[in-house]
Amino acid sequence: MSSVRILVGTKKGAFVLTSDGARKRWKVSGPHFAGWEIYHMKGSPVDPERIYASQTSAWFGQIIQRSEDGGKTWNPPGTKPEDLMGSDGMPKGESNMFVYDASPETGKPLMTHQWYDGTQHPWEFKRVWHLEPSLHDPDHVYAGVEDAALFQSKDGGKSWHELAGLRGNDTGPKWQPGAGGMCLHTILLDPNNPERISIAISAAGAFRTDDGGTTWKPINRGLHSQYIPDPNAEVGHCVHRIAMHPSRPNTLFMQKHWDVMRSDDSGASWHEVSGNLPSDFGFPIDVHAHEPETIYVVPIKSDSEHYPPSGRLRVYRSRTGGNDWEALTKGLPQRNCYVNVLRDAMSVDALDPCGVYFGTTGGQVYASVNAGDQWKAIVRDLPAVLSVEAQTLP
Amino acid sequence: MIRVILPPNLRTLAHLEDEVALELNGTLTQRSLLDAVEAKYPMLCGTMRDHVTQVRRPMVRFFACGEDLSHESPDAPLPDAVANGAEPFMIIGAIAGG
Repeated sequence: MSSVRILVGTKKGAFVLTSDGARKRWKVSGPHFAGWEIYHMKGSPVDPERIYASQTSAWFGQIIQRSEDGGKTWNPPGTKPEDLMGSDGMPKGESNMFVYDASPETGKPLMTHQWYDGTQHPWEFKRVWHLEPSLHDPDHVYAGVEDAALFQSKDGGKSWHELAGLRGNDTGPKWQPGAGGMCLHTILLDPNNPERISIAISAAGAFRTDDGGTTWKPINRGLHSQYIPDPNAEVGHCVHRIAMHPSRPNTLFMQKHWDVMRSDDSGASWHEVSGNLPSDFGFPIDVHAHEPETIYVVPIKSDSEHYPPSGRLRVYRSRTGGNDWEALTKGLPQRNCYVNVLRDAMSVDALDPCGVYFGTTGGQVYASVNAGDQWKAIVRDLPAVLSVEAQTLP
Repeated sequence: MIRVILPPNLRTLAHLEDEVALELNGTLTQRSLLDAVEAKYPMLCGTMRDHVTQVRRPMVRFFACGEDLSHESPDAPLPDAVANGAEPFMIIGAIAGG
């Protein structure tokens, strides 16, 4: 019988929630890495027992953790004695090392980006926001970081190297941090074309490579953001999240700062599908595992009021790929609810009916085992949830 | 024996429940002490000092013998009481935030 594992990153540690395929009774393990911020965890599609985690701290920096047993035990990659020491006898500790590639051979100059006050500011590494394991190789994993850049590891996370062509895109000086920082938070791997990767950055926009990461181009045509000097600019849009169904990789759904958007040409052009949403501000967006036109968002009141409209926590589902939305409320608090749902805190499993999961800044992780019709909290009192990833296990 | 006290978050990371004990020869400095800690616990690389510059991270502080040694040269000798183990070298996460 299939089972489900939910990987939950929080402000104060990681939690692993497991259930059989019925998804009625859940076991909760954790906190793993107690006291640390866990921005994201994700398992390899090739080897689900291998899970990567981004552990970070304003005090002590960035740590990458890896599990080989489905989240029971963890270690920084490269803990074998021969991996640990360099030829000079000193520890390498490379699994934690994210250094922008400024080398003349493969890198790009470490230039500046736009700062909050409009001045230029140098690129500075802060943390890993999102880890995206390869669809084909458990040792290959991508990392989206703040300040925005894309790194990859091809040795299971032991060492990391920047795909510098993205940061070297000549629009870089126009990128700017959103309220949460200038983060690369979305990495979409095209299952039909291993050379194509789409990413999103707050607040720069969406970008795509068709040559495995060597060169990149902005894919923001059709986005309209009234809060920037040129609302239709090539870059500078605060994209919060992009989602894709693996059977239709050319169709992308976007939750922007304001506006829910759709593209049917791999991001070459976008059009708005906010339709009848009570607010088109929000953070996460996801697609039903079996219905490529069924999508989910969690409307938030506004950019300054990060909680659900009217204090009612409602997931909105569109079965038409946008524009026509229905509120999903059964089992969710419908009064006095003022939590937020962050951009990486929603996920779906691959069972039938499709399971949908999301976590809140109030520490609840909600699950629906019938595609959103009804909801139930798996846990209610975790630290603020930063990320949720569902794994469907054989 | 040289004694090093890590902050709780780094003890968790290094799977440690107690002090770090080091045996080092030669003049003891911040640099030689931190090099030895990282050699013994490589997962701590980058958590106390920047990976590349080896400069102390902004919100990490070093104390010993009742003194804040955070701004001392990394190559300055540490107090004899640290070198002979009478006093621990304390690595502390700065009290910051709310």
